[in-house]
Amino acid sequence: MNAEFTQDAPLLDVQGLKTVIHLPDGAWPAVDGIDFTVQRGEVLGLVGESGSGKSVTGFSIVQLMDSPAEVIAGRVLFNNEDLRLASEERLRSLRGNRIAMIFQDPLMTLNPVLSIGEQMAEAILEHRDVGRQEALRAAADALVRVGISLPEARLRQYPHEFSGGMRQRVAIATAMLNAPDLIIADEPTTALDVTIQSQILFEVQKLARDSGTAVIWITHDLAVVAELADRVAVMYSGRIVEIGPVDEVLDRSRHPYTLGLLRSSAAMVEPGQRLNQINGMAPRIDARPSGCPFRTRCDRAMSICAEQDPTPTIDGRHGFRCHNPMPQRDAA
Amino acid sequence: MTADIETFAKTAEANTPLRMQVLRNIRNRPTASGAAIAIAILVLLALLAPVITPQNPYDLASLSVMDNRLAPGETGMTGITYWLGTDAQGRDMLSAILYGLRTSLLVGLTATAGALAIGSVAGLLAAHFGGAVDALLMRIVDFMLGFPSILVALILLSSIGRGVDKVVVAIMLVQWAQYARLMRAAALVERRKEYIEAALNFGLPTRHILLFHLLPNSIGSVLVVASISVASAITLEATLSFLGVGVPVTQPSLGLLIANGFEFLLSGQYWIAVFPGIALVLLVMSLNLLGDRLRRSFNVRGP
Amino acid sequence: MSETFFELRDVSRYFRSKPSLTQRIVTALGRTGPPPALRAVDDVTLRIRAGEVVGLVGESGCGKSTLARVATGILPPSAGEVFYKGRPVTELTGKDRLNYLLKVQMVFQDPYASLNPRMKVGQLVGEALRVHKLVPKNEVGERTRGVLKEVGLDLGYMDRYPHQFSGGQRQRIGIARALAVEPDFLVCDEPVSALDVSIQAQVINLFMDVRERRGLTYLFVSHDLGVVRHISDRVAIMYLGRIVEIGTAAELFAKPAHPYSQALIRAIPSAVTRRRRAFTPLKGELPSALSPPPGCAFHPRCEHAMPICREVRPPLVQISPDRSAACHLHSTSESV
Repeated sequence: MNAEFTQDAPLLDVQGLKTVIHLPDGAWPAVDGIDFTVQRGEVLGLVGESGSGKSVTGFSIVQLMDSPAEVIAGRVLFNNEDLRLASEERLRSLRGNRIAMIFQDPLMTLNPVLSIGEQMAEAILEHRDVGRQEALRAAADALVRVGISLPEARLRQYPHEFSGGMRQRVAIATAMLNAPDLIIADEPTTALDVTIQSQILFEVQKLARDSGTAVIWITHDLAVVAELADRVAVMYSGRIVEIGPVDEVLDRSRHPYTLGLLRSSAAMVEPGQRLNQINGMAPRIDARPSGCPFRTRCDRAMSICAEQDPTPTIDGRHGFRCHNPMPQRDAA
Repeated sequence: MTADIETFAKTAEANTPLRMQVLRNIRNRPTASGAAIAIAILVLLALLAPVITPQNPYDLASLSVMDNRLAPGETGMTGITYWLGTDAQGRDMLSAILYGLRTSLLVGLTATAGALAIGSVAGLLAAHFGGAVDALLMRIVDFMLGFPSILVALILLSSIGRGVDKVVVAIMLVQWAQYARLMRAAALVERRKEYIEAALNFGLPTRHILLFHLLPNSIGSVLVVASISVASAITLEATLSFLGVGVPVTQPSLGLLIANGFEFLLSGQYWIAVFPGIALVLLVMSLNLLGDRLRRSFNVRGP
Repeated sequence: MSETFFELRDVSRYFRSKPSLTQRIVTALGRTGPPPALRAVDDVTLRIRAGEVVGLVGESGCGKSTLARVATGILPPSAGEVFYKGRPVTELTGKDRLNYLLKVQMVFQDPYASLNPRMKVGQLVGEALRVHKLVPKNEVGERTRGVLKEVGLDLGYMDRYPHQFSGGQRQRIGIARALAVEPDFLVCDEPVSALDVSIQAQVINLFMDVRERRGLTYLFVSHDLGVVRHISDRVAIMYLGRIVEIGTAAELFAKPAHPYSQALIRAIPSAVTRRRRAFTPLKGELPSALSPPPGCAFHPRCEHAMPICREVRPPLVQISPDRSAACHLHSTSESV
């Protein structure tokens, strides 16, 4: 990926994005003012636990937030066009064509009364000037790429004839069909088996490399991000607490939360040893502590962490929000 | 919509007990809260009828035949002002309606409770044991639901005779089947959940699992439907009484009062039939409105 | 010397879908046979020694959760026999059967579905103690508080309902409920896969602490190979209802013998070791358990498949002192 060449014109530029959830006792920020960019052909891993706001971020970018959630601030520049100001019609056309979404639940994108072939061919014919036969051939190719054998027979089947994992692979294949500018994928492989997951990660990387598609891969799994992403953004309590190139963030983590997640992996200790756990649990959206939201679970917390919300520190391409970051160190 | 939003929504749920959520749901709807207030008033009036009515309409000694068919607002020989008029026996309509309300509510509530009990047990047994038990019980249910309930109740009552207890039995018999079907469907879903497997893993007795695990978790939707069905039980009773096979004349319900006033309707003495009719409509409509709100807030589909 | 602590011997578990009316008519007319049975678990033998942790790994639909339910007595086996402390459990009755059910406890996957939503935590954890009168009535509360404390829950939570807890806390409640009846064998069915990453480590640590304190034996079922490698002494790998390889965790992960084990281990992503590596996909689909391929069930996807693999099902044979595999590659090399 040619970072220097595209540095001044990111495909997606998100600034100060803030999305609140309206609950009976008030509006609470699910996404609390986040900034990041995605270049063409770049895979950004958006990592966080449930309730961190990572999925809401994905939906907020394409303005797919319904009540009780509402985007209340920020800019989402896609090819220099602010999606927050775009008309519903314009957004629909972008979502079908230049921006593809892959959801946790594939049934959100598949039409139950159309065969897989009809849906996939439809998606191609809408945006490309090709014949029906050619569209079906392209659809079959896409199915093979996500590890579905006998694609011609599969194209004649309907979504209900597929297992959950197969449906998800069809949804992923459909998203990849038109080589869109941006794919936003929300935990798409969480329910899939590891052998299939690794195949899909491989294909997504290839798509990004070959057709310059940018990908935002939303997941709770740092290991997936390590394999797939060029850059990673770690979310906690609605903020991005650390962002940067994968090697930087994973090998030279500055935020204690990122490091805690990495160190809690079973691979970090000898078999049979206790794992390094992060104590406590993420605060609920309506009970976040003052200052830094991670401080109640953090073993590096100082008194200032309770008083002041840490502002982002930028160190080259590596950014983090912490009053007492891990010291800078060389790669292990 | 997304996993995140679900997580956030659970925050709100965890804070508020279900009762509170339902209450809030009702309070925020003017029709539902209006219906709830109307029901409360009607039930209170029915309960207090012996205390607040100017006369006991079924104590023949306190009636005066001379006061018969007085128009609303007239004062009779006994010195009582009949605000809703009197009937052919000189009975105060207001008192008769309040006593009738008592009978209607009593029949509606006990019949529903009985049908609910029978249906729940049948549905639970069918779901838990499956196989032949399930097949037998559900064929009976299909059979029961295949006939119009008014027809079954009419045939039953014409063979066993009139009486408050008999009307209750008849309504129970025609209504239990719907609860059985609902209960079975709910219990079949619950039975697959892991907490039932855990109960099996602890070797807990079947009776215990049915009573403490399956029943409390399956009965929610059935109770909601029951709350709506009180209204239909009352309507059914009114219909049967109107047709003369329901409650006895000594203990008239709203339906029987309407029947009694029916013959005078064309001669201009409308109050004898119309006022009990208004009371019945008010009661049934309020029950329906509130039940419908309950159904929506519990997200239950109707029978 | 001593009897095997726990054994599944030639255990199978089939699921037969109830035939519809049309199917029954067609069958009665002699047009077709009865619908095929789904062989969720197919002729599995597994011996577990007292005090060890056996990991059971496989992808969705391989039958590992069904095997866990057969082991705990929640589901009876369709064929074969389960032995607990040397006695076949189907022959146990009354007190002996209850003893087996209680001693072999299960921890479930879904922390939301595995706790009765209408019971308070205290009731839920003490239920079996009360119903079976395992301890005097006045000691139920004490025992309940004891296990709740052991799993790291605040005692103030006794009067709360499950919906007021997070996933991790609920899983702790599920573990406390199992520990309350003092089991010696815990069968854990994907106990951390529904939890958040930072909570998974806490619960895995809890499992390890509890085991050390109580000297428990575990059958740890999971699709997460990293977790299984970490916690297990021995690991069994399942594919389409059968165990294809079993051996000590360290050896099996270092040098998997069965081609399926190799593909599975190759596919584990890791934040630590590998990054954006070359990728060799496992070809084909997981076949339906309703009609598994003849011979070795893995042969359509196996890069080493030989003619014999299409015809003869390879038995699980010992290939080294601590390792068995069901693969013709190994059985032939042995016979040569």
